[in-house]
Amino acid sequence: MRTPAFLIVCLAIAAAVFGIAIAFGNDYVFFAGYVVLQYVVLSTAWNILGGYCGYVNFGTAAFFALGAYSTVAIYKFISDNDFPHIVPIPVLMLVGGVVSGIVGFGMGYLTLRLRGAFFSIATLALAVVLQTLVVNWDYVGGSRGAYVIRPEEIDPIGNYIRYLFLIMLLLSVAAIVIARLIERSRLGYGFATIRDDELAAEASGVPTLRLKLIATTISGVLMGMAGAPFPYYISYLQPDSTFGLDYAVNSIAMPLIGGTTTWVGPLIGAVLLGSLQQIATVTISSAVNLLIVGLLLVGFVIVAPNGIIGLVHHYWQRKPEDFVGRRHVDADVPGAVP
Amino acid sequence: MNGGMSAILQIDNLGKRFGGFVALEGISLSVAPGERLGLIGPNGSGKSTLVNCICGTLRNEQGEVHFDGKKVDGLDAHQRTHLGLARSFQLPRPFVSLSLIDNIRIPLLYTVAVRGKHHDDVEDHCHSLLRKVGLETKARQFPRALTQVEMRKLELARAMASEPKLLIADEAMAGLTHSEIEDILALLVRLNEQGVTVILIEHIMRAVMSFSRRLVVLVSGKKIADGAPDDVMRDPEVERAYLGQ
Repeated sequence: MRTPAFLIVCLAIAAAVFGIAIAFGNDYVFFAGYVVLQYVVLSTAWNILGGYCGYVNFGTAAFFALGAYSTVAIYKFISDNDFPHIVPIPVLMLVGGVVSGIVGFGMGYLTLRLRGAFFSIATLALAVVLQTLVVNWDYVGGSRGAYVIRPEEIDPIGNYIRYLFLIMLLLSVAAIVIARLIERSRLGYGFATIRDDELAAEASGVPTLRLKLIATTISGVLMGMAGAPFPYYISYLQPDSTFGLDYAVNSIAMPLIGGTTTWVGPLIGAVLLGSLQQIATVTISSAVNLLIVGLLLVGFVIVAPNGIIGLVHHYWQRKPEDFVGRRHVDADVPGAVP
Repeated sequence: MNGGMSAILQIDNLGKRFGGFVALEGISLSVAPGERLGLIGPNGSGKSTLVNCICGTLRNEQGEVHFDGKKVDGLDAHQRTHLGLARSFQLPRPFVSLSLIDNIRIPLLYTVAVRGKHHDDVEDHCHSLLRKVGLETKARQFPRALTQVEMRKLELARAMASEPKLLIADEAMAGLTHSEIEDILALLVRLNEQGVTVILIEHIMRAVMSFSRRLVVLVSGKKIADGAPDDVMRDPEVERAYLGQ
């Protein structure tokens, strides 16, 4: 399917999802759905670097937080100076994306000469450093946190949460279309060679460092964009809620459970795991979320190391060579298995 | 300095150390365009290290490497590939998640296309490259399904796909049968006749002797002989290195 056609199909599905959510007649669906969609974006973004290039990033929360705190900083600036207008969310997302993309590029430049587990540790360090900075940055609330007042309504959609949901839905579509586009392009081939063998890639003429920088930047931009509307969603933002372990763990676990080789994997993983977590939160307890992730990960590593996609391929084609050799980084990604 | 400005590969006083171990010392070598050069030496003599320094996988601390009139020291491996240097790895390093045809596609996408050249039918071109090494029937399979020998052939096909001016075949024939060696040799000779300079690193002396027009011998990181193959093989120092005293 060509990309324009794919985009139209995605938009149609998104419209249907939005319609169904409205049909529920309960705004809680939007609150829960927003989180799931947020994870669709985060895990798709993570997969561009982690799944396609094989570089495991533990710093998802840092990029997400950069987006969120860009919004807080702008919100503070606007309200301190008594500007009459609020900044539209799409503009905030662009700013968050740019900030996060620049940091992604910078982090990539500093750390991408490290391989495997060393790169992952460096990304973890980035998250810790950024959290320390934010905690000590009084302007955005420091460790006290910051309030961002969500408008009640917005024309013509109505309740503001529906608007946030719609925006995250569109960002999900954008992330998926970008991921799919990369997968089928020259860039995607280049990413695959980096995952397989960087020496051989260089020998074939692939500029590995440049490609890895492109991957970290795209991944960072998408994560930052996902974080930008978050302060409006949560209303009260504190460092712990954006730098939480959940984001790092979930955005790795979701692609691994779905399958890291294609854009479908993170989508399936995020919808499945994200929904499960939302259901568990209301029926059992919010603390059980990470336990679910842990158990599912262990289960999948044992039963389906190539994720749901690998499992489907296995039963669909029944020809192991056709899929076993294909893009199966999941099992040997260092640090991926808790 | 030996050789003139016309050399396609010019190495001057190249040296490489790994900590306290001197892997290469004072290597000077000039290769003319269109040459068929054999590079031999006992295990651990520095052949692969030399290849790695030429191709940019390793950085040499001493000396200079010029390729096609340009100084390549400090260039990344992929930049050297773009200039027209290609190599096969001693231990095959296929892209395991890509099918054979996609393995061949990579140098076409990232090297040949960068030079501004585009094949009308990339798919077709990939097939013809695989046919040359006898792997066409496995085009849609993954490297995992290949034997070690087939992987060496894939390695060679991928190096050829980048349309190099100089091809360095690092032990492309180890483990191959008699007739397979003949096939690969014929392939390399044909490539050479099309104007590609070939450096063959090999332990199989029969192959080296039948292919090479000139022979260079490395022993313990030093070049001990360089000349016509028959003369080199009669050299007492070479005999000593290979057969012991």
